[in-house]
Amino acid sequence: MRRMLIMLLLLAPLAAAAAVAVDETQLADPAAEAEARAIMREIRCLVCQNQSIEDSNADLARDLRQIVRQRVAAGDDAAAVKAYLVARYGDWVLLEPPFKPATLILWLFPPALFLALVAYALHRARRRRLTAPPPLDETERARLARLLDKDGDAA
Amino acid sequence: MRPINFLPVAAFLLIVGAFSWYLVSGEDPRVIPSPLIDKPVPEFDLPPLEAGIPGLASRDLAEGKVVLVNVFASWCAPCRIEHPFLSALAAEGVPIYGIAYKDAPEDTRAMLAELGNPYERIGVDRDGRVGIDLGVYGVPETYVVSGDGRIRHKHIGPILPANQDEIRAAIRAAGETP
Repeated sequence: MRRMLIMLLLLAPLAAAAAVAVDETQLADPAAEAEARAIMREIRCLVCQNQSIEDSNADLARDLRQIVRQRVAAGDDAAAVKAYLVARYGDWVLLEPPFKPATLILWLFPPALFLALVAYALHRARRRRLTAPPPLDETERARLARLLDKDGDAA
Repeated sequence: MRPINFLPVAAFLLIVGAFSWYLVSGEDPRVIPSPLIDKPVPEFDLPPLEAGIPGLASRDLAEGKVVLVNVFASWCAPCRIEHPFLSALAAEGVPIYGIAYKDAPEDTRAMLAELGNPYERIGVDRDGRVGIDLGVYGVPETYVVSGDGRIRHKHIGPILPANQDEIRAAIRAAGETP
């Protein structure tokens, strides 16, 4: 029973992939269709916003899928197809924002923050190591001796 | 406590502030800035809907006057909200050109017969390809095009009463651009 459940779970993504765009005319060449599909996964469906056009059943997503197929069939590579769509809908149409001056903060802030935190942690660790603790006073020495003594007894 | 200990609190408050600012600013996250602003209208040539009303091509948009291009459809319920405003603008002498987006011509004709026709020209975009060239993703969409055939303003969704000033201002501004 459990094995069957695992099998079903493993097969689920395949079923989902097969459900995409079954009613559409696909490209005759399987390699070109696969390339078109790969591009579709990176294009945002503008009506639903957080789905790729490959995932979406929206009307516009279907139209855009057909356009991606036409461009691929016409010999465009992934970059050219994306440029075609960006010219019409803007960078928003790409699920992954491009790296350019306007998006520098977006891309560089997380690694910069990480580096800053690492640097800060290193700095603190070094300072702690460098400053020796003050010598023990009389009562502390007595307590330490007691503790060490107790340890010795237990062992 | 040293000032650096307040840094996490300050960062948290900054984030809360930024989020609440966007929350109350009323900015619609579904409105996507168009890359076509200030660019020439893409090349297209759409057939007319019916005899008596000419079709619409990109060259009709570069005739030296400011025009409003409205993408509409009979199946689009919000289009009915802005229809009276379009009619009012047309009555004031602003040329309004329509693009019937992915709509059966007989349905478009029925809609215009019912509501009246504010459009001087109507191009039939049956398969929505011109819509894609214009970056249309939510009908209705309205473009203000200046006399040199460049898109100066784009409004996504119906022109609500609250948006009417914005559209009028865009028409005025487009008339002033050389």
